[in-house]
Amino acid sequence: MDLGKTFLSWPVVRQLTGDDPLGRGKAAQSARTAALQPRTKTADRVVDSICPYCAVGCGQKVYVKDEKVVQIEGDPNSPVSRGRLCPKGSASEQLVNSPGRVTKVRYRRPYGTDWEDLDLDVAIDMIADRVVETRNRTWQDLDDQGHKVRRTLGFASLGGATLDNEENYLIKKLFTALGAVQIENQARI
Amino acid sequence: MAECHPVGFQWVMEAKARGAKVIHIDPRFTRTSAVSDTHVPLRAGSDIAFLGGVVRYILENELYFEEYVKAYTNASFLVGEEFVDSEDLGGLFSGYDEAKATYDPTSWGYAGASEGSVGKGGAGGADKGHAEGHSLGSGGPSVDPHTIQRDETLQHPRSVFQVLKRHYARYTPEMVEEVCGVPKELFLEVCEAVTANSGRERTTCWVYSVGWTHHSVGVQYIRGSAIIQLLLGNMGRPGGGILALRGHASIQGSTDIPTLFNILPGYLPMPKAGADESFESYLDTIRNHEQKGFWANAESYSVSLQKAWWGEKATVDNGWAFDYLPRISGDHGTYRTVLDMNDGKVDGYFLLGQNPAVGSAHARLQRLGMAQLTWLVVRDLNMIESATYWKDGPEIETGELKTEEIGTEVFFLPAAAHTEKSGTFTQTQRMLQWHHKAVDPPGDCRSELEFFHLLGQKLRERLRDSELERDRPLLDLTWDYPVDEKGEPSADAVLREINGFGPDGQLLNSYLQMKPDGSTSGGCWIYTGVYADGVNQSARRKPGSEQSWVAPDWGWAWPLNRRQLYNRASADPDGKPWSERKALVWWDEDQAKWVGHDVPDFEGTKPPSYRPPEGATGPAALAGDDPFVMQADGKGWLYAPSGLLDGPMPVHYEPSESPVRNAMYHQQGNPTRETFARKDNLQNPSAGEPGADVFPYVCTTYRLTEHHTAGGLSRWLPYLSELQPEFFCEVSPEHARERGLEHLGWATIVTARTAIEARVLVTDRVVPLKVGGKTIHQVGLPYHWGVGGDAVVSGDAANDLFGLSLDPNVHIQESKVASCDIVPGRRPRGPELLRFVEDYRSRAGITVETGNQRFTS
Amino acid sequence: MSNSLFGPVDPAPDAGWADAPPRKGFFTDTSVCIGCKACEVACKEWNAIPDDGMNFLGSSYDNTGALGASTWRHVAFIEQPKRLGSQQTGLIGEPVGPGATDALNRAADEALSGDRSLLGTDNTVVDLGMPGVTLPGANGDGRADFRWLMESDVCKHCTHAACLDVCPTGSLFRTEFGTVVVQDDICNGCGYCVPACPFGVIDRRIGEKGVVKNAGIAQKCTLCYDRIGEGLTPACAKACPTQSIQYGDVDELRERAQQRVDALHAAGVHDARLYGHDEHDGVGGTGAFFLLLDEPEVYGLPPDPVVTTKDLPAMWKKAGLAALTMLAGAVAVFGSGS
Repeated sequence: MDLGKTFLSWPVVRQLTGDDPLGRGKAAQSARTAALQPRTKTADRVVDSICPYCAVGCGQKVYVKDEKVVQIEGDPNSPVSRGRLCPKGSASEQLVNSPGRVTKVRYRRPYGTDWEDLDLDVAIDMIADRVVETRNRTWQDLDDQGHKVRRTLGFASLGGATLDNEENYLIKKLFTALGAVQIENQARI
Repeated sequence: MAECHPVGFQWVMEAKARGAKVIHIDPRFTRTSAVSDTHVPLRAGSDIAFLGGVVRYILENELYFEEYVKAYTNASFLVGEEFVDSEDLGGLFSGYDEAKATYDPTSWGYAGASEGSVGKGGAGGADKGHAEGHSLGSGGPSVDPHTIQRDETLQHPRSVFQVLKRHYARYTPEMVEEVCGVPKELFLEVCEAVTANSGRERTTCWVYSVGWTHHSVGVQYIRGSAIIQLLLGNMGRPGGGILALRGHASIQGSTDIPTLFNILPGYLPMPKAGADESFESYLDTIRNHEQKGFWANAESYSVSLQKAWWGEKATVDNGWAFDYLPRISGDHGTYRTVLDMNDGKVDGYFLLGQNPAVGSAHARLQRLGMAQLTWLVVRDLNMIESATYWKDGPEIETGELKTEEIGTEVFFLPAAAHTEKSGTFTQTQRMLQWHHKAVDPPGDCRSELEFFHLLGQKLRERLRDSELERDRPLLDLTWDYPVDEKGEPSADAVLREINGFGPDGQLLNSYLQMKPDGSTSGGCWIYTGVYADGVNQSARRKPGSEQSWVAPDWGWAWPLNRRQLYNRASADPDGKPWSERKALVWWDEDQAKWVGHDVPDFEGTKPPSYRPPEGATGPAALAGDDPFVMQADGKGWLYAPSGLLDGPMPVHYEPSESPVRNAMYHQQGNPTRETFARKDNLQNPSAGEPGADVFPYVCTTYRLTEHHTAGGLSRWLPYLSELQPEFFCEVSPEHARERGLEHLGWATIVTARTAIEARVLVTDRVVPLKVGGKTIHQVGLPYHWGVGGDAVVSGDAANDLFGLSLDPNVHIQESKVASCDIVPGRRPRGPELLRFVEDYRSRAGITVETGNQRFTS
Repeated sequence: MSNSLFGPVDPAPDAGWADAPPRKGFFTDTSVCIGCKACEVACKEWNAIPDDGMNFLGSSYDNTGALGASTWRHVAFIEQPKRLGSQQTGLIGEPVGPGATDALNRAADEALSGDRSLLGTDNTVVDLGMPGVTLPGANGDGRADFRWLMESDVCKHCTHAACLDVCPTGSLFRTEFGTVVVQDDICNGCGYCVPACPFGVIDRRIGEKGVVKNAGIAQKCTLCYDRIGEGLTPACAKACPTQSIQYGDVDELRERAQQRVDALHAAGVHDARLYGHDEHDGVGGTGAFFLLLDEPEVYGLPPDPVVTTKDLPAMWKKAGLAALTMLAGAVAVFGSGS
């Protein structure tokens, strides 16, 4: 132990020997306080992003440390938002790191009373099977007036306004190729 | 705007600091009102009377921008002799079919319009059903501009200008006061401010949030605002326009690249059963061969889309695989679908970041419908109520549903957050902004991109050996996106496909390069250019402080990075700015091209003096002073000769449920609104019907700053939930006294659908209105809460109160206004709730016919 | 060097920071506040402050209630039967009766003076000497005027900070920026600072130790000491959409604030006044000061705050002796331990 250094860094010593005899300022600053650094500075990287809430489209900076989002704040460069965020945008870090967020597939079997675990890949396989079965069973080549329709009304989809354009594109493309037409989103709520 | 878009509102505050007057017209006194110069409380559902009153004020006092109106609008066009205005038919236009409750719009056309040249593009003849209005997309309906007759003096009695003047003559300040509950003086103050701040030197902007669309006459609300802005010369000019503030990060993008039933990417219509038998006949519904403007090139856009989706399998011989597209028949919108669910007609349902059990109108019907599904896939960040209705929904409590009797198989697949994937959002001003992936999604969380890519692969695998014709579209689909080592497809590759490629495999720079011969591809023609010069333009982030106020180098706006649509109108017919302080783009004679702060929304080298040769069509037919380049006649429409299903001009109709009789017409409500007379969609009787007094109050819904829509992104967050933890209703002190409601106590709000409970906020921010000699009380309901066991905060859902009654053009529900009753205390629990509501229904004498009589003249 | 405990002074040099940068602070302009609460959330997010309960207070749109250990920014909402400048609110001609603002404000008072654990605080209520419930402009027959005021409250970072003066552990200290910060690694939760604050700002966090972060420790706004040290703007001011919260050099902010008051007066908003800007007030002026549109009490602020340690100099000699005694003890401990 470096006794002298430790001893001299004691607040009470600094208080009585420095310019802060009342011990209210520099003399009272702890080593931890003096070493404080903002986590925006200690982040491994900063990633440009856009707020996921409303359609104003505020710029966000996402700070990542050890492959975890540690802070999200406004991007001052954005001509839309000039670095500012509303309460929802300001809560984005909690949104992505929310303790309530579900990160495992949940499955409820028909007539079941609770959720069960299910492997992700198995779940997608089961969903693909359901789509194929429903589509085959409900396929219409012609409507009841004999007009070609080439479609299924057996399943529907809702949502897209919170998603990326690229995602909406794949959704519409895939469902249209399957002949599904009841594709809708938040534009009609 | 301050309430729902606080960061966007910084610009309003900045304008205010520079002297702009801010007027807030809203039933509710919000955080916007608090800092506005004037708050105008009006009765929910009376907006067209108000807007029509402004139109009348402008016309009667000759305060319109005359040169602009004459040059850039259809004011001088003559309407056909067959047209009869709603003023002369008790609130109906000519062409109404009582039995079908639809219009034949033929008589609304311009004088001399050739047979079939008006009303094409799906304006919805009497037998066309309800599906067409919204399919017109950004181009609007087609008309043939060559036959148009004009009277430049605007004096001809059948000129649009005079038709408009007669139509709104009765929308006097006194009538506004009687219908809207807005005192005459206050109304005139608004008229004076709006007109004084419009013209050469000044512009006025109208801003609405999508609540304006949540009416059975929603489209006509926006039309009303458009007429004002065209008359005042505020379209296409800086500080002008009509700004739609949209509430989801990419709701604009999901309309441009639509997860919607009636359109394809870039607002191309979905083909219709019976009508669109061939690719040629389909194209003819989009564009009239005679018309002006860029929709004339629809074939290039459409062929390029087919090439993007089906590559070399789309050939000239198979009509570019046009038959790979399914056909629609009428309305397949979300409300039609949920009714079909309730009728057991739908097996499966994907919910992708949407929570209809809370956020959709008649949320109760949504939950009951989902309980009829065979399978349900919910993809979300949080365990939303739409995923748990089978175990803790309100209908479990009432005994209407029993968990062990619900046969629905439910898959909950956790989704990736915006920080866990790359891609673009299109914000409310049509600007695409790329967001970069920051971290991998946790656990089983995946992006929709990965999920749908994988689902598509698995489906193709299963049908690999199929010989069935129906499986060709899937098997021939271009679906080979590069994936990273974790299996995530490249969003960049998808955006490139959306942008499109030329014959040489190079990325296209502009949709003008698209060809109808199959040599180009592009997944959404209006987005072509987002990858101009091989650069992801949406990812540009040149600091706003280092560029002009238009900020053209941040992100990318469609079309072709134009930040303000129709900005040719910011210059006069000769191409000079209307005024220096409102200059945006102008014609530079020396350079012989359009220049300015923004990318000109006009052909770059077409001079103002250009006049099309006889017989010209498409863009070449646009004169040098036709600024509305997507319209078939190049003009802004004060009067819509086709394209709308409920009339060429807005008319004041009462909401579907209203305690007020229509003071202006015999016709009470929108005579063409889409209704569903069913036992599970009962309506309250309106004024004039027996039992209307059982529901004497008006209720409306809205958002709060602290929450987001149905709560999926806010009620699971402690930091937001603690700020607004409970569902409440807002009532005036006068209303509270009348009904015995106590501040911070409980109230039960009742409609024909159900009853819900809310904590009571008695506040001076709500004002009773004098409407037609009667006092009208309004109940305000934020709609963010739902019943479930997983969120940090929960509560009854305001949307449970609303029934289904839709705008006929776009199938959007009337959820911003209904009639209701409100009583002190909590609602009954369990089966008692059903008896409580049933008692209301029987007291009001409600049957399935109640409120569903559309024709009431 | 003289160390003063009242009157005008530049607090950082006064506390031993020889080359102190200009004093930093907040100017909160309530006339442009839209009550969005971005400041509350941005503060919690940055400082990892726990939520303090899902409690519906119904005090207008305020469900936060008061500043406390887990609320370092608090947006107050005040509904009043008064006119805001020349604002027109559309009440004239409508069938209105007496307003609800009295009842609402009474309910708010009760919410704040009753069981304060609802607010996540055990701080005792500060008696503001609130004026009677009937405010000027109220009309017994029918309400005629209305305005909705919003104000984002925060620690004032007093020039003479009683919390700091009474802190026996040195946990509270004056930074080089002239701000007052709690060092949670030093605070022992004695709570002396809590009643010392004339604004009722500082508070100990409620909760089970080891479960709730910093439970039992005194907490309050640090003016984002970690951020400003790196030249960053504090989280609340950075988020604020309308620049109601402005961060900067106190001298410059005071100038800006005075200009803003003048502009509002010229625009007919005669109620506009500054609060906390006067270095001759009872706390020597505050580093975080406000533009208000009504009396401070209306916002829950004391009209005439006085540093509770104003008489401390008389006590100083004793304290100094005690400190020397402690130092001797410390040397003894080290001496025997090495």
